[in-house]
Amino acid sequence: MTTSETATKYRPTLGWLINDTIAVAKRHILKITRVPESLFFALIQPVMFVLLFAFVFGGAITLNGNGASAAADYREYLIPGIFAQTVMFAVASITVGITEDANRGIMDRFRSLPMRPGAVLGGHTLASLFQNILVLIILSITGLLVGWRIRSSVADALLGYLLLATFAYAMTWIGAWIGLHMPSPEVAGTAGLAWIFPLTFASNVFTPIATMPSWLQPIALWNPVSCLALACRKLFGNPIPVFENSGHSFPEVHAVQMAFAYALIFLAIFAPLAVRAFKTRNVGGLKA
Amino acid sequence: MTLAIEVSGLQKSFGEVQALRGIDFTVEQGTVVGLLGPNGSGKTTTVRILATLLKADSGIAKVSGIDVNSSPDQVRTMIGLTGQYAAVDEYLTGRENLQLFGQLFHLSKKQSAQRADELLTRFDLADAADRGIKGYSGGMRRRLDLAASLIGRPSVLFLDEPTTGLDPRSRLGMWEVIESLVAQGTTVLLTTQYLEEADQLASRSVVLDHGSVIAQGTSDELKSQVGGDRVEVVVEVPSQLSQAKDALVSIASGEINTNDAEHKVIVPTSGGSRSVVEAVRLLDEAKISIADIALRRPTLDDVFLSLTGRSAEEEKPEVKAKQRSRRGARA
Ligand SMILES: Nc1ncnc2c1ncn2[C@@H]1O[C@H](COP(=O)(O)OP(=O)(O)OP(=O)(O)O)[C@@H](O)[C@H]1O
Ligand SMILES: [Mg+2]
Repeated sequence: MTTSETATKYRPTLGWLINDTIAVAKRHILKITRVPESLFFALIQPVMFVLLFAFVFGGAITLNGNGASAAADYREYLIPGIFAQTVMFAVASITVGITEDANRGIMDRFRSLPMRPGAVLGGHTLASLFQNILVLIILSITGLLVGWRIRSSVADALLGYLLLATFAYAMTWIGAWIGLHMPSPEVAGTAGLAWIFPLTFASNVFTPIATMPSWLQPIALWNPVSCLALACRKLFGNPIPVFENSGHSFPEVHAVQMAFAYALIFLAIFAPLAVRAFKTRNVGGLKA
Repeated sequence: MTLAIEVSGLQKSFGEVQALRGIDFTVEQGTVVGLLGPNGSGKTTTVRILATLLKADSGIAKVSGIDVNSSPDQVRTMIGLTGQYAAVDEYLTGRENLQLFGQLFHLSKKQSAQRADELLTRFDLADAADRGIKGYSGGMRRRLDLAASLIGRPSVLFLDEPTTGLDPRSRLGMWEVIESLVAQGTTVLLTTQYLEEADQLASRSVVLDHGSVIAQGTSDELKSQVGGDRVEVVVEVPSQLSQAKDALVSIASGEINTNDAEHKVIVPTSGGSRSVVEAVRLLDEAKISIADIALRRPTLDDVFLSLTGRSAEEEKPEVKAKQRSRRGARA
């Protein structure tokens, strides 16, 4: 064995980028199978939200009418909202893992290998997307069980799922970027979630915007989570409350385009930022 | 001989902290150089710059003649790194870890499987190959970590405190592995706080303190800076101490010291082990009974002590506290 035989010249190719991304994604998917508990809790949370809001709070929140049909209406209204919320929580599914990797030194190992820096995060986010798709599937089944139905065309429904997946993917890059700036997994866990809660509650996920205080309404209207939820309601043919329908405001009319635009803008901003942070990340969150 | 590592005028600051204040050293191909120094002296910072993980503020660092700053990707194809913390995936098995790194080194599936097998056997991990790393002992993790850094058959290997936290037996095992790598022509830059480790493995050492090189050379060269061998005699009867001192004048190459508390005479000498035989004879002639006699060669510890005025282990309390909090954040 001579030591120079593999001191090959570095010739990065697109093939390598794909190979590296898949190898890293495989690592994380293996990890999901090794710690099924983490997947279980990722699945259970949105299901709990569905049950909680559909059966516990559901009676208290009405859309337009009242009585039994109003409650059923609310469930149909709620499910796309929970879809949107779940997609936002995709941030948390990656933040902790990224910080752990950075602190355990394995990120240093990746960075000292002749691989594309984008591949490490690309693989990680891809695995995270895979997990989020599983969550969306379970969530859809739960929704169907509590009475939610897709009432649109197949094409629209598929577009709805594509939108959710795209949004989830964009959110995982935001999560990666946050994770790379956190000193420890514990902090990363909180930091990944802290800002998602107000964002989802100040949206049309659980209650129509019309029921909110007037100062909050414009914020809720332009909130990416609202756009995503409204877009899903439109694409799945689910009820849209009066406020969102009456206004011919831009976010309401163009909810689907807005939601896609938000996702792509997030990707365009945070993917490069995350890759840059990856290149300079030092152990223990100390910046180089 | 060609140079595997060249470092000149390397500087790096972290905010206020000047981690490296312009260091210079070289490592010849196929040799082991020890990077020695107390906590916070800049060993890891130097290694991280050479391993393309960190950018220097100024100065030049080259691996096999290639600048780490301008062609990091090229450098990465030639190096292996074992950091201060085991850089393997907790949730995967030993084999899966090695295969992952093999694939990332762009070996084919078959090649990386073969290479993983080869390394697992060589590092005595074949039995544990398909178990999760979580159940590995500290020594096994370290070995796997080293195996992972050898996937791409690096010509230059950086080992940052490879035996810290290992028990004596695992440490010996690690030394054997490193020695066999060197026998095959790998160049190794090894940081350590164990001076005996550098003594054992490294042909040359670079001693860092507060981000500057305070000495470098072979172990012997460094040791000769603190003087050569000495014969140390402990006398059985304390009152015979000065008698013993007089009896040993003929073998001394310098001033003889006595340590009254330990009833010890310390005689610098250049005669090697022959001086011990001679000393026994002389003391016997003078009818002085010996409790203990030994030829003591200076250790790198002595070197460090004489260069910096403190031993390698001893550190300033503030530095220690800082190190601990940094460790905490990483754990
Ligand atoms: N990312 C960082 N941010 C701020 N300071 C840093 C950083 N990395 C290192 N330092 C500081 O730079 C100095 C040199 O650190 P370095 O880790 O290179 O020392 P070392 O010789 O490897 O020490 P040890 O024996 O503890 O591993 C120390 O004072 C350390 O606190
Ligand atoms: Mg160190």
